[in-house]
Amino acid sequence: MRRRNLGVYVPLWLTYVFFYAPIVVMVVMSFNSSDSPFGFDGFSLKWYGALAENDNVLRGLVNTLIVAVGTTVIATVVGTMLAVGLARYTRSKILDALATLPAILPELMLAVGLLIFYSTVRFTLGLHSILLAHLTFGIPLVAVVVRVRLASMDMSLEEASRDLGAGPIPTFLRITLPGLMPGVAAGALLAFTFSLDEFVLAFFTAEPTEPTLPIVIYSMIRFGVTPDINALATILLVVSFTAVIAVQRMTRLTESFK
Amino acid sequence: MSGNLTKASETSRRPPGWGRAAAAVFFLAPGLTALIVLAIVPMILMLTYMFFPRGRFGGVVYEFTLENFARLNDPLYLGVIGDSLVIAGLVTLIALLIGYPTAYAIAQLPPRWKTIALVAIMLPFWTNFLIRIYAWIVLLSGPGLVNDALTGLGLVDEPLELLYNEGTIVLGLVYGYLSLMILPIYSAVEKLDPRLREASANLGASPFRTFLSVTLPLTLPSALIGAVLVFVPSFGNYVVPELLGGGKAIMVGNMIRDQFLKARDWPFGATLALVMIVFTFVLLIAQAVASRRVRNA
Repeated sequence: MRRRNLGVYVPLWLTYVFFYAPIVVMVVMSFNSSDSPFGFDGFSLKWYGALAENDNVLRGLVNTLIVAVGTTVIATVVGTMLAVGLARYTRSKILDALATLPAILPELMLAVGLLIFYSTVRFTLGLHSILLAHLTFGIPLVAVVVRVRLASMDMSLEEASRDLGAGPIPTFLRITLPGLMPGVAAGALLAFTFSLDEFVLAFFTAEPTEPTLPIVIYSMIRFGVTPDINALATILLVVSFTAVIAVQRMTRLTESFK
Repeated sequence: MSGNLTKASETSRRPPGWGRAAAAVFFLAPGLTALIVLAIVPMILMLTYMFFPRGRFGGVVYEFTLENFARLNDPLYLGVIGDSLVIAGLVTLIALLIGYPTAYAIAQLPPRWKTIALVAIMLPFWTNFLIRIYAWIVLLSGPGLVNDALTGLGLVDEPLELLYNEGTIVLGLVYGYLSLMILPIYSAVEKLDPRLREASANLGASPFRTFLSVTLPLTLPSALIGAVLVFVPSFGNYVVPELLGGGKAIMVGNMIRDQFLKARDWPFGATLALVMIVFTFVLLIAQAVASRRVRNA
């Protein structure tokens, strides 16, 4: 056997350094006791404490959680149904494209389109308008993840259920859904993570007095680099990382790249 | 799959007919309705807005005009569109040059490590975009770590202005979308039949020759998909130019944002957005055509 050429892995390591060096520096700085966001003086949790007293951050967090939970619940139910409908009840390529198109369009275009749409139908802006905007990405996202799971499921049980006279909906609830659960849960987590972090759609469809957390973070960054952003960023980083790793555990998402 | 389904339904005691159609509507209608109302209708509305003059406080006056298109022909706007194309093109090229060897390396890993390596590539992508861009500000700003290192090593006397130029914008965009280049290429390399490469080697081709005439052509369609996935969001980005470009260098995304939220000229903003849509679709079509050609060759 030929000896493995380790030189092949050099680009991989360089990519990881590129990806993670800025993140690691930011996390380390979040525990900095110095008042400057640069230069490490000593370990401290004071910036995390400062966050708990920052009203803008807390209100942004509450708003974000309302939007993210709402988006997750609706996108999960509707996205799962869409996935089952597309996989089991139609062969239409057009419906298929329709279900994925919003996820391919640049966010800014969707955001601008929604702003025009809301104003044309005189829809008031607020948390509900952000929630609806997030569904444009949340529904296709859940549908895609659930379909990966559907494709790997044995259909004979569903056929047996139907042959025994069960209607489509009892078959779905008793046979298909239990087997789909890991995909549904993974889709829900991804939709939640997406909504939690989404900035562009929220920025265009928010009522200015009710910003979500990413909008608050955006104005904090524009205002200047302060150490409490590091702390806030670290918390959000942990949430996203946990969610993605949980999704990987449930669905072996990486297998779908093969 | 669907073939089995039809056969199974035919043998069932209940005839398919209405029950099946009703079920299809039940499962498909909520999602498709939501996407049509919240994505397709707004896109169509946006396209019609381009033919109206602006209203005084946002919105439009409903009179037909082509003036918005005439306004596009302005060196200022064309310059920004050109700059955005160059920046997005550069970002795509760099992402390809970093992404290809990275994806190739992951595909060579033992299976256990492959999963971990892929998750490590996906994690940044699922992390808050603003935060990742902010991390670079912490790293690169005047009193930041990179400048500390440079002055500490005596390489420079004074902190350099590393932020707020076109180079930082390119850096931020590559950082933001590199995962989207790596994943499709990895997928293609992973699917390669190792026997093809062995055959090429057995026929006396050097590893480099094998790469050029076997591996590269077979993975090129996926690299093109990655290129579109990186180019489209880079071209329309306004967050990175704003935060890492310091507002000095602007891109199409910033212009669109300003037309909607500052100048309140929605029809012209929509016209600029059309430029983005046109480039997106031209690219998607070009990618499909190029992939087909590579596959047939």
